[in-house]
Amino acid sequence: MTDTVHPLTAHERAHESAESRRGFLLALPAYLYLLVFFALPLAIVFVYSFATRNRTGGTDLSGWNLDSYGRLGDEIVTRVVMRSFGLAMVTTIVCLLLAYPFAYFVSTRRPAVRGLLLVGVMIPFWTNFLVRNYAWRVLLSNDGPVSELTQLLGLGETRILFTQTAVVLGLVYSFLPFMILPLYASLERIDGRLVEASRDLYASSWASFRRVILPLSRPGAIAGSILVFVPSFGAYVTPAILGGDKKPLLGSYIVSQFLTARNWPFGASLSAVLIVVMLSATLVYFRAGGRNL
Amino acid sequence: MTRKLLSLLFALGLVAAACGGSDDDASGEGESASGDAAACAAGQTDGDLAFFNWAEYIDPELLTAFEAEFGVTVTQDTYDSNEAMQPIISAGGSGYDLIVPSDYMVSILIESGDIAEIQKDAIPNLSNLSDEFASGLPFDPDATYSVPYQWGTTGLGINTAVVGDVPETWGLIFDPALADQFGGQITLLNDPRETMGAALKYLGYSLNTTSESELEEAKALVAEATTRLAAYESDQYDELLGTGETVIAHGYSGNFLVQFDEADNPDDFTYFVPQEGGTRWVDNMAVVADAPHPCTAHTFINFLLDAENGAALTNWNYYASPNAASEPFIDPEVLEDPIVYPQDQSKLEFISDTGDFEINFTDAFIEAKG
Amino acid sequence: MIRGWTARLLGSATGLVYFFLYAPVLLLVVFSFSADRNVGRWGGFTLDWYREFGANAEVQDALRISLQVAVVSTLIATVLGTMAALALERFRFRGKKVFDALLYLPIIIPDVTMAVMMLLFFTWSLDLVDTVTGFTLRKGVGTVVVSHIAFNISFVSVVVRARLDGMDQTLEQAAADLYATRWQAFRHVTLPLILPGVLGGALLALTLSLDDVVVTQFASGPGSTTLPVFVFSLIRKGVTPLINAVSVVMLVISVLLVVLSLIAQRASSSDEPATE
Repeated sequence: MTDTVHPLTAHERAHESAESRRGFLLALPAYLYLLVFFALPLAIVFVYSFATRNRTGGTDLSGWNLDSYGRLGDEIVTRVVMRSFGLAMVTTIVCLLLAYPFAYFVSTRRPAVRGLLLVGVMIPFWTNFLVRNYAWRVLLSNDGPVSELTQLLGLGETRILFTQTAVVLGLVYSFLPFMILPLYASLERIDGRLVEASRDLYASSWASFRRVILPLSRPGAIAGSILVFVPSFGAYVTPAILGGDKKPLLGSYIVSQFLTARNWPFGASLSAVLIVVMLSATLVYFRAGGRNL
Repeated sequence: MTRKLLSLLFALGLVAAACGGSDDDASGEGESASGDAAACAAGQTDGDLAFFNWAEYIDPELLTAFEAEFGVTVTQDTYDSNEAMQPIISAGGSGYDLIVPSDYMVSILIESGDIAEIQKDAIPNLSNLSDEFASGLPFDPDATYSVPYQWGTTGLGINTAVVGDVPETWGLIFDPALADQFGGQITLLNDPRETMGAALKYLGYSLNTTSESELEEAKALVAEATTRLAAYESDQYDELLGTGETVIAHGYSGNFLVQFDEADNPDDFTYFVPQEGGTRWVDNMAVVADAPHPCTAHTFINFLLDAENGAALTNWNYYASPNAASEPFIDPEVLEDPIVYPQDQSKLEFISDTGDFEINFTDAFIEAKG
Repeated sequence: MIRGWTARLLGSATGLVYFFLYAPVLLLVVFSFSADRNVGRWGGFTLDWYREFGANAEVQDALRISLQVAVVSTLIATVLGTMAALALERFRFRGKKVFDALLYLPIIIPDVTMAVMMLLFFTWSLDLVDTVTGFTLRKGVGTVVVSHIAFNISFVSVVVRARLDGMDQTLEQAAADLYATRWQAFRHVTLPLILPGVLGGALLALTLSLDDVVVTQFASGPGSTTLPVFVFSLIRKGVTPLINAVSVVMLVISVLLVVLSLIAQRASSSDEPATE
């Protein structure tokens, strides 16, 4: 789609408005659905962020104030956010490094094999999520298989359960498919002939990769990093099971405000700010990535 | 636009409900929703029971027996914490009849008007309760809104094979001289009230304190103890202890007992409430204020208060029974176990809702972790 | 096609990822046959957990409800999400920017926040329906499906958009000239082109739906406990190998489905000449 402005003929204008109507109709079902079943509920939460927690932990919808937004500057909030940000960044990078060669390899197989390899990625995730996390806990425990393996190799006992390393490992495991799927979707459409041609054109396969494949796969990489970064940023079950919850993260902080402190106005204001910041960042990231192809 | 939106919402809501199914609720609940339910008679039922309970907290055979005796169906859904259950009930319109909140949660639900008064006439078996429970406990002083289900304590589970003979004190967690040697092999409950409470007890304060300076002291202790922990763990602390991953664990009495029972060497493990004192808790049955079937709920409470049924609960999950009449039917082994039925209860305290100070507890706990 | 050492390197990286993905699954399968209640402590071989699964109505109900919710919400969300992705990547229309932003919200929102807002929303809206029409509705499987669709639409559309973004449109334009209707052009040209993205999105949606705990818990009512919610409520009393056995059953079912679809694919592609 071009953004250049030029005078339109009457015919073009009619065509344009027909197209616009068509696009709108195509978007309409999802649009309405999300308005009613997402935007409207979200508005309720937004309203709650200006309300007051009463003595029993209920929320009084009166006495509107900005108090809960005032608490967002607390030192603990900054610390928790920074820590979660770092963890989510590391998780995203590791996922990208693991998923890229994987998705690329899969996309160069025969179509039947491709489907099989891709579904093979998803099958482990149709088991229960908690059971998977507990399985990692057993794998990583002091006398678990991983530790026994390193001992066998003469590397000594491995003690990574209840450390940040275990948390990253668990998060990478949980969110790897979120990176693989969009990456694959964008890599798979790359025409093999294009790669061949580029191979003839450029001397090395590295150059052909860098000039042809990498740019074409960028939308997938961008979508994938959003899909990994965002849930890692708010994750709390995996950090609790594999990290022992010794260092509070944003996800568990928000959960404890809603459920333990029963302070819904504060939980709501935290969420509201988080949503606004993340949404802006996501839109900027996508637009920047999408335009410079 | 707004009108359009509302009508759409309505239409979609209908679709949602059509798949949701709510057939049995169509009749005769308009009245009960108002809160002033008609009086229930003993043994009366007014529809199928929707029971919201802790997981693995009742022998499924008891549910089947109730269904057979009264010709109703029991739908049980389960939760893992008071905190996960309370918002669902407090929002209203949950569809549940009967819930099992713990002590402090009972007082919260009473104050917010989310549970109904117990109709004592409908529960003749209330007379089976021991005196202490019949007269009401601090969270429900006249036993107006809740009927005790089971009770237990919070304390420490120890792997004595590794730790050896140690004094029964919270110092095992908070005193560096005692605890440092077990660094990385200790778990604490991931619960602000229980864990800050343990520190407060160690310091000699009440675990329901609302003094900021006392909480501040406890926070410093917990912060220091965090460096010695394997994990904050509320769920699998007993498994971790049982499999040797940890040697000292903070947790609930009954869970430890079940775990010890299954260990290769049950004698290697012990449980105690430290001498400084600890938490005693009671889970209670309560009828939801807008329960669609309050009479069935009362009848079910009466059913569980039966002497033999009450004993079946305790024989199944090793928590103490408030039901005096059921004692002859409880396994003697369980009844005589001082861990299940501690003799000295003078140092035990109930956790009570501290109102706005709950925020301080949560904040202090998170800040203590770092 | 890539060849030589690059292919071998990529192939071994792929193998490594597979090993990483299946290591916990292997452990999970092994312990579904362990007699000890604790996963992680081997107690000798037994089939008891599978027998218990066969006898335990509560677990079977939870599994059935989970599958219902996952399948229905995935189907609806895949259709709506794909339409949304096409609209955003192929058309310009009024309100596009707002829609674009709205679509990212369900991905960004912390799940406990979404849970709380769905709880408030359903309580309020079902109440409204009751007072306006006198028709009493309750939270249940329906409300769970509604909330799962709400977050799944976004995930599907992100994956499909990654596929559409920068895709060569000449083929579609040629098709639009060639075929009589837009639907035919879509059906025969665009859909096959975006199918990998659509399937990827659907797989993601299915997985998310099968894993969700918090939103489901707060959107559900009596008798609509899904498997993850059931398992989550168990963790305090101990997750036994019964849950492993349930997971293994699900694994076996999904592997069977995959094999069946492969056979079907083979059969249909040998009937007609290859189109590619």
